[in-house]
Amino acid sequence: MTEPLVRPKRKNPLKKTREPLLPQAARSRTALGLTAAAAEGRFQLQICADCAAVIYPPRDACPRCLSPRIPFKDARNDGVLLAETTIRASTDVYFRERVPWRIGVVQLDSGPTVVAHLHGGVREGERVKLEFKLDKSGQAVAVALPPTEALNMEADLQWRELTCDPKYRRVLVTDGRGPVGQAMARAMSDAEASIVFVGVADPWKPFPGEAALGKIPRVEIVPLDVTDTTSIEDIAGEIGPRVDILINTAEHVRAGGVIERKSLAVAREEMEIRYFGLTRLAQSFGAILRARGADGVNSAAAFVNLLSIYALANWPAYGAFSATEAACLSAAQSIRTELREGGIKVVNVFSGPLDTEWYQTVPPPRVTPVALASAVLNALRRGLEDVFVGDVAEDIRARLSVNPKAVERELGS
Amino acid sequence: MAAPRMAYDGVVATAPVTIPYRRYSTNSAHWWIGRAVRAVLQLAELKPADIDGLSVSSFTIGPDTAVGLTQHLGLSPRWLDHVPLGGASGFVGLRRAARAVQCGDAEFVVCVAGDTNHVDSFRRTLSTFSRFAQDAVYPYGSGGPNAGFALITRNYMKRYGATREDFGKICVAQRENALKFPYALMKKPLTLEDYLNARAISDPVHLFDCVMPCAGAEAFLVCREDRARSLGLKATRILATIERHNAFPDDPIQIRGGWAMDASELYAMAGIKASEVDFLETYDDYPVICMMQMEDLGFCAKGEGPDFVRANSFTTDGSFPHNTSGGQLSVGQAGAAGGYLGLVEAVRQLSGAALGAPVAGARIGLVAGFGMITYDRGLSSGAAVLARMDG
Repeated sequence: MTEPLVRPKRKNPLKKTREPLLPQAARSRTALGLTAAAAEGRFQLQICADCAAVIYPPRDACPRCLSPRIPFKDARNDGVLLAETTIRASTDVYFRERVPWRIGVVQLDSGPTVVAHLHGGVREGERVKLEFKLDKSGQAVAVALPPTEALNMEADLQWRELTCDPKYRRVLVTDGRGPVGQAMARAMSDAEASIVFVGVADPWKPFPGEAALGKIPRVEIVPLDVTDTTSIEDIAGEIGPRVDILINTAEHVRAGGVIERKSLAVAREEMEIRYFGLTRLAQSFGAILRARGADGVNSAAAFVNLLSIYALANWPAYGAFSATEAACLSAAQSIRTELREGGIKVVNVFSGPLDTEWYQTVPPPRVTPVALASAVLNALRRGLEDVFVGDVAEDIRARLSVNPKAVERELGS
Repeated sequence: MAAPRMAYDGVVATAPVTIPYRRYSTNSAHWWIGRAVRAVLQLAELKPADIDGLSVSSFTIGPDTAVGLTQHLGLSPRWLDHVPLGGASGFVGLRRAARAVQCGDAEFVVCVAGDTNHVDSFRRTLSTFSRFAQDAVYPYGSGGPNAGFALITRNYMKRYGATREDFGKICVAQRENALKFPYALMKKPLTLEDYLNARAISDPVHLFDCVMPCAGAEAFLVCREDRARSLGLKATRILATIERHNAFPDDPIQIRGGWAMDASELYAMAGIKASEVDFLETYDDYPVICMMQMEDLGFCAKGEGPDFVRANSFTTDGSFPHNTSGGQLSVGQAGAAGGYLGLVEAVRQLSGAALGAPVAGARIGLVAGFGMITYDRGLSSGAAVLARMDG
């Protein structure tokens, strides 16, 4: 059993903040197949297409039959922890300040042996399940977990190093005027975030759900308008060093293609809220998030972007909107790299049409704000980087991996 | 059935050289290797132009390989080998050189291994040691082989009942041998109590189970026996050698090395039994590997290593002389030279040139090597049976 997480003490502002260090990020190109799967929370290994051998570490030829056809595939992840060790001294600068650190060797039932980080709940000689998670460097590492969920599992410190659990962290939800931001605030509060800052533009203007939002435990409403640089800089100056997880819920959904819009007015507004809003948030909060990536149990951990799945493939019915989302995705990829040196995860959450007024005419299935919030929470707890929420998003994701041109034609028909 | 192995008749190893190790060096691997080659030439009273074969092993010679070294050192060999096999380098270098000399491809082959150790260069070597280390080991925190060998040691202890005292006995005996060996970096006596009380590095591996990385070089000369005699050199016969890579890939954790596959061939080729061996030099990156070699080379059965250790003493004057110069655990691990240390020491012992305590009346020595932990186990193993050259 894992001991429950202890609520971290208030930080002493006179003490030096521990600077972030990263475990080694270098990987062979083939090994990045593990990273791609881990980013989405899938357990994949190379499986030989000719002899079905399950392969680890990643290779470029099957060690049983020399076949070059060894794609990454979803694989079984159960095995036995054969032996473990507690590292107490390391030449590696990242681990040096994190010892004692347990690792072990797991033999998977499917054959290969895997050197893995160990969750505190696993014991030598016992059954484990293996997962690949993204470490602070953004690369996949294996971690052995107890085969069934146990009490306080998420509190394990080696596990917490690989995830972004909001428990006892401070969260900023950038826009609480809409149903998505409100659902997000509730989910983070329920997950025991120690403070949930919720940004509200023009707080003097009433909005639906306002009273309920104010009653959520640990929610603190702050003035924040993503279209206003000064507003963001002001609030970042005030709460920036206390934000561990930033979730950008600012949205702007309007139907219509690029030609149809006839003027730039709506497009400008879209870009102002979404693309420039994201840019302003990154510029005002990015540096302090990055500097606090190793700041103890409640270190800065994640920057979450809510994106439309149509960022990946334009849906002409919402064509101009899709283009803005694509711009946000591209910016998020840059932000991801820029925040990596602090070990901060950039989580891109792609969803299909939401169950909100701006998608009123779109037939189901649609994603409710509550489902979206719960997907974000799950992604943070599991340390995911790319998340697809709802049937539409998963469907487009699957089709894109097969034939992107077909998706383009079909979304346009 | 495979063809019978041809003997190395008429070929010897001679002119054993150790360039005294240093914990850190500001010099390059080229400098260390150059000194070792020069020392071989001086011992054999040869000129650089006489050297027509060169076998090089080094982790830190990059971006050069053996060929760059020929120009660097002003040699024009007609036979050249680069053996990047870490702890197995010496055996592979020796057996290839021996065949080259035997077949007339070269007359005088210098086999040399050398590495430097700059402050922080060891850490950087580790992080890029192999593709599997980069992809599947280094990101897990040990920053080197300690944790991997901790897992191997832990498994061996559980399975065969070895204790820390057993490993300690090996380390303590080696230190005793090292105290008489002038080039050992470890100069202080080690007691079993010191060993047991040392700080943990990666359970169950503690400080004195680990080698100290350092700079140094080792070398020897391979030539025909008659040439050695005409040069007045004391030399050592090569009775048999083996090498093996990636043995037993299906063992989930390493409990044996390639020696277990090839030991019977080694003894058959040498025409001796294990009981005729007067001293053993094992590859001692960690004491559990010494124990595996004692088993796999037939001094006891698999799993009986702990009992064998309890029943013997391992000093040069003991019941089973082992790592007679102190091994890497006490002399230091100078990179690839660690794969030469035991071989060079054995050549010295068998040619009456021991720098430390000689093994009285030693006629046959068995030397083993082990190297290249690219993922979870040492991939390469080698061994050689050497014999005193009479008259």
